[in-house]
Amino acid sequence: MLCFQRQSNSVNEYDAIVIGAGHNGLTNAAYLARAGLKVAVLERNPYIGGATVSRELHEGWTYSNCSYVCSLLRPEIARDLELPRHGLQVVPYGGGVTFMQNGDIFGKYPEPERRYREMQRHSRRDADAWQRYAADTMKQTRLIRPFLMKRPPNPTSLRPGRLRELAEYGAAFGEMGEAGLADTMRFWTKSVADYLEEFFETDVIKAHLAGSGIIGTALGVYSPGTAYVLLHHYMGDVDGNVGSWGFARGGMGAVSGALAAALQSYGGEIISDADVGNIMVSGGKVTGVALRDGREFRSKIVVSNLDAKRTFLDLMDEGDLPQTVVQRARNFKIRGSSGKLNIALDGLPTFNGLDKKSRLMVGDFHFHDSLPRLERAYDDWKNETWSKDPYLDLLIPSLFDPTVAPPGKHMMTVFVQYAPPKINGREWTDEDKAGFEKSVLDQISNYSPDFRDLIVHCETRTPRELENEVGLTEGNIFQGELTFDQLLFNRPFPGYAQYRGPVKGMYMCGSATHPGGGVMAAPGANAAREILADLREPNVVPEGYADD
Amino acid sequence: MNPHQDEPIYLPTAFHSRQQQHNLLHAWGGWNGYLKPEAYTDIELEYFAIRSTTAVFDLSPMNKYRVTGPDAEAFLNRVLTRDVAKIKNGRVGYCIWCDDAGQVMDDGTLFHLGDNDYRLCSYTRAYEWLYWSSLGFDVAIEDETGTVAALAVQGPTSCTVLTAMGVTGLESLKPFGILEVSFQGQTLTVSRTGFTGDLGYELWIDTSAGEALWDALFAAGEPYLIKAIGTEALEIARIEAGFLQAGVDFVPAETAVRRGCTRSPFELGLGWLVDFDKPRFNGRKALLAERDAGSRYRYVMLDVDGNKPAHHSFILQHGKVVGTVTSAAWCPTAKTNLAFAQLELPADASLTGLVAEIYYERELRWNKVLAPCVAIDRAPFDPPRRRQTPAPAL
Amino acid sequence: MTDVDVLVIGAGHNGLVCATQLASAGRSVMVLEAGEQPGGMAVNREIAPGFQVPGCAQWLTQFSPQLIRELKLEQHGLELAATDLTSIGLSADGNTISLKQGEVSGEISDADRAAFAELYRLLSKVNRLLLRLSKRPPPYLVEGKLRDKLALADLGLRLRLMGSDDMSELLRQALNNVYDLLQERFESPLLKGMLSLEAVQGTHFGPRSPNTVFTLLQRKLQWAWGGEVSQVRGGMAGLGTALANAAQAAGVTLRYGAEVQSLIMPGDCVEGVQLADGTELRAGCVVSSVDPVTTFESLLGLAKVETDTARRVSQIRIKSGTAKLHLALSGLPNFTGLDASQLGQRLLIAPDPNYVERAFNPVKYGEYASLPTMDISIPSVNDPSLAPDGQHVLSAIVQHVSHSPAGGWSTQRERALSDWIDCLAQYAPDIREHIVAAEILTPADLEQQYRVQGGHWDHVEISLDQVLMMRPFPAAARYDASVPGLYLCGAGSHPGGNLSGLPGRNAADTILKMEKQS
Repeated sequence: MLCFQRQSNSVNEYDAIVIGAGHNGLTNAAYLARAGLKVAVLERNPYIGGATVSRELHEGWTYSNCSYVCSLLRPEIARDLELPRHGLQVVPYGGGVTFMQNGDIFGKYPEPERRYREMQRHSRRDADAWQRYAADTMKQTRLIRPFLMKRPPNPTSLRPGRLRELAEYGAAFGEMGEAGLADTMRFWTKSVADYLEEFFETDVIKAHLAGSGIIGTALGVYSPGTAYVLLHHYMGDVDGNVGSWGFARGGMGAVSGALAAALQSYGGEIISDADVGNIMVSGGKVTGVALRDGREFRSKIVVSNLDAKRTFLDLMDEGDLPQTVVQRARNFKIRGSSGKLNIALDGLPTFNGLDKKSRLMVGDFHFHDSLPRLERAYDDWKNETWSKDPYLDLLIPSLFDPTVAPPGKHMMTVFVQYAPPKINGREWTDEDKAGFEKSVLDQISNYSPDFRDLIVHCETRTPRELENEVGLTEGNIFQGELTFDQLLFNRPFPGYAQYRGPVKGMYMCGSATHPGGGVMAAPGANAAREILADLREPNVVPEGYADD
Repeated sequence: MNPHQDEPIYLPTAFHSRQQQHNLLHAWGGWNGYLKPEAYTDIELEYFAIRSTTAVFDLSPMNKYRVTGPDAEAFLNRVLTRDVAKIKNGRVGYCIWCDDAGQVMDDGTLFHLGDNDYRLCSYTRAYEWLYWSSLGFDVAIEDETGTVAALAVQGPTSCTVLTAMGVTGLESLKPFGILEVSFQGQTLTVSRTGFTGDLGYELWIDTSAGEALWDALFAAGEPYLIKAIGTEALEIARIEAGFLQAGVDFVPAETAVRRGCTRSPFELGLGWLVDFDKPRFNGRKALLAERDAGSRYRYVMLDVDGNKPAHHSFILQHGKVVGTVTSAAWCPTAKTNLAFAQLELPADASLTGLVAEIYYERELRWNKVLAPCVAIDRAPFDPPRRRQTPAPAL
Repeated sequence: MTDVDVLVIGAGHNGLVCATQLASAGRSVMVLEAGEQPGGMAVNREIAPGFQVPGCAQWLTQFSPQLIRELKLEQHGLELAATDLTSIGLSADGNTISLKQGEVSGEISDADRAAFAELYRLLSKVNRLLLRLSKRPPPYLVEGKLRDKLALADLGLRLRLMGSDDMSELLRQALNNVYDLLQERFESPLLKGMLSLEAVQGTHFGPRSPNTVFTLLQRKLQWAWGGEVSQVRGGMAGLGTALANAAQAAGVTLRYGAEVQSLIMPGDCVEGVQLADGTELRAGCVVSSVDPVTTFESLLGLAKVETDTARRVSQIRIKSGTAKLHLALSGLPNFTGLDASQLGQRLLIAPDPNYVERAFNPVKYGEYASLPTMDISIPSVNDPSLAPDGQHVLSAIVQHVSHSPAGGWSTQRERALSDWIDCLAQYAPDIREHIVAAEILTPADLEQQYRVQGGHWDHVEISLDQVLMMRPFPAAARYDASVPGLYLCGAGSHPGGNLSGLPGRNAADTILKMEKQS
């Protein structure tokens, strides 16, 4: 774990200041530093990483206690900033299993032939439909991937440069042809349930795949727009294998650790225990930031890694902002929908219906075998309570990363959906948290009789903890809903989607900007490109690799 | 319920125990979820078994769908571009099928086994497509891939070997004919079909009788130098015979991601399999339009100068890239350096001056040749024995 | 030999508009209607002697004044008993809200009043664009001819001309959910509830479902010309009768009791129809105003189309969540907070958006809402001819109701009727005392009654993935059904339902244009 000393130097003048040492803040700062700027990253916590951390919360167990898997991290950035040299190693994992109420399972093997036969065991038609599904999702993925490392266009601008950007998007869509485009439009506006219904007939297969359509969002599987969220989880790659997922060896802290090391190698500074209270503005220009402890840092460029709400409503004075920005920041939808349990285990639990030696043990576990069950979990969220039959994305990283638990012991990471930011309109209480934890442990115990006895330590994180510790408003993992009204040129809101804030010298680089969350580091890099352009400095940020 | 355990990645076919005995190279690969030998001993010897004695190839992993029911013919006529009514009972037809856009999804063989009873063999997994295609028809579709074992028995002595094994009536079996005989109490279906361009047969039997069939075949074939062969040797033979391979020479339409990478029957030189006299079949409207407007791509078979196979070569004409090679091989029997190419040229464009840009390696040194090519109409290997009925003995 | 140039299946409003248009262009046209009267889902239904209720559609919503003029419907007998009605949001405590043409009155803050005027301005502006889109076939986006490209450019230009603020707001809201839009703009729960109802009525959505801003726009297309809903004199049947008269005047032959059994397609082209009585009729082309699923599955047969088309037909979403409640009343009930003069308006039960969302939940699991939203009409107030002297009829659109609840409707019908009357009684406490006769029409009843697969009044669910060039599915989105000789002209085609007559009109234009080309 990386800690940094409070700096004693009284010369607090920088070319650029980045607020928040999350992965995007670090990425942004690293590029600015590499371009020769004097950069400081100010972090509120005594540790860096934001939601991309590894922490020892029980002796001997060190693990990612927020984000937990890694696929979307842009390879252009990892390579460009030499993250592997700075200690990042991403190990691919694959596969998953859904445990069914009838005692059977559905195993989504990563090996195509095993997956095929397992699907065939449930439905011959579904097994054969997979190739069509895979081709269709890949079509949609290919459309969006080239734009991850580009700033979004501004459709309302008539300036030639902006029109050219728009035309670039238009051309990508046009290339799909009339029929392809109609299908793409259907895809973007459809619910994940309706989308899957077009391919599969088996409840458990649909439910297994639908999970990716809701993770991190406050939408149900029947909500239109969730097919896109599915895509958001498919558009990453590990070593060019589009759609596959990996683990950062040593936990997600390895990502922020490597980014920090890269930043420091370029001469950037990280200052922890530096809680920014205010972005200072004078004469319509940014002049620096003031910490809550009274210290001030001066800079003509301030970049916020925080979400749009915190940035504009907490760190800035309303008087410094156009009224529309304040209003849009208020209306920005963040919506916590998930929680997390990190469990230290004395041994490997037994799961009903699955051999402990199965390949599937190193995949993700789920316990929802039908779409209606998933939807009912969402109804609880709408009713402002945690899901009583929660959707879980459960992994045991200690099965392939020896660094996260002592030998022979295990570590379980459980992403839980849904958990609302507030319970019946009030803040979470400790009793609520205990109830939430119980519903998750009960869910797992339903399928693993010895699980409870193996628990050594359980860290439960409701949206309250995610907000208070990490600074994720409402505990939303993406810093803002991934619905179309908040994507592309709408992210975080129209007119400010190109990383520039409403005040000169003020920028945004968090997941609340395009292309959104998921530990991609793309917002941080894209924002750095825009800052360098404004400074008329040569660009040092890579464009995306061409997907052909 | 017993805890779920992982299956092997590739399953053994009905002949696996016997193949293991022959497979001295232990060169196994996967085909459609089953273990397949890539080569047993020596690819060249295996290839010459096809052309000179009898070669045995396990084609059990091939997708096989049984189509039965009163609407079987009408259903298949919707799916396939050929007129299925012209494939009489007891006959086999080579066929292709297209999606609605007229792009080839796959090629395969259709066996007319009995009244309202067909078997469709395909490269891709087609069950879902057949399911959707069956809406509105009274048919049943059964996936027989795992229950029917199959062996290709190919080569000049193949008829003799099978006769020696006890198959009667083979002498009158015409190419693309089907014969049913009894083998140790099971029905053995023999079709005069194959993927080698030579005299040859394919044997179809219930998986339970697989090993017995193999043993009987090899016992009868030993004096005739019967040999098990793998996919590598078969690959050379099929190119020599001018046969296209799905997934190699074209992208099956349903698996395609990039627009424009699929091909119509016309673009694969398979326009003869499209029967516009049929009022309705998948892709008809699109194909009619393409017939009138002309195709974008064009398939050619090329006789390439020299002896370096033109694997993955660009094809140039007057210095400009006009296409690429999809399959290439030096053909040992025909002594031809053959390549299949996709050219982006109109159907009436001249094919003179084609050149293949070939890269090859010798002792870590890469060389480039620009080999002139001549487009040819027929595959270079096409022996009379392939067609003769009765098939010539030995 | 053909019997006529064009056969139109179904004498619903779209079928009749299409037929009239084609006949006016000189084609010989015959309309085949399985029932005994014109109007399709806009007909009258006698639930007790002398009590006439609207059988399904109860308002004239988007049948534009322009189309009424064009077809001279007033000359042909169309008479409106009331026009541009006010929508009144009911409240158990009597604090109602009234909406009409951008104005709100009742228990409402000034901020809300201003916010509603602003929303109405924006939506009306967008709807003028949407109306342009609705009046022609869906645009080609990339592979169109010059004319299509110009139409697209025109659309792009008009989008720009909205001004960058409105345009960017449209781009932000286009796929949004109505709940968030309303939360951003309004305080009053009732106002938000009413607009939520407008957005989700007839859909398979709750207000929190994305795409419901679009469905709100779609349902309020009439705002483009400042319209609200109107009531037809003599009941909804008045519209069908006038349209039938107009059709006949244009030379259309109308045949009732002529149920089409199947389409005749010996080769690659539809050549005519076969009636249930065995009669065969031949025509140059057949235009179906029947829903696309019935057209393809039952009339044509999926065996006659190519596989992808068959698959797409079977994947069209047609789940209806809409039922009807019909009451014959001995007298006018008292609605809390309303005086008798207001009962002829449009009365809505949608007290707040969460209520509307909760009403949506059950339908996801194949159940019905026991506390549904209701869109209530007491047509006898404006048109006494619909009920015996001094007595009344009440018709309510009930949302959300599953098509086929577990156990079937036979076990649930009585309970649903009683739940819904209880729901109504929260706003009209004395309603039970006045009930002479009562019935409900479930989606399954509507399906059977009006021969619409799924019982959906839009034929095909309105949702962003099933509109424009995706309605009912991409290959059949421009009225030609991907089968030569067959066209679609019903609500299942662009721009959809809502009694606009536009699918019928656009289909006729397309047919005439295609004839010219060939």
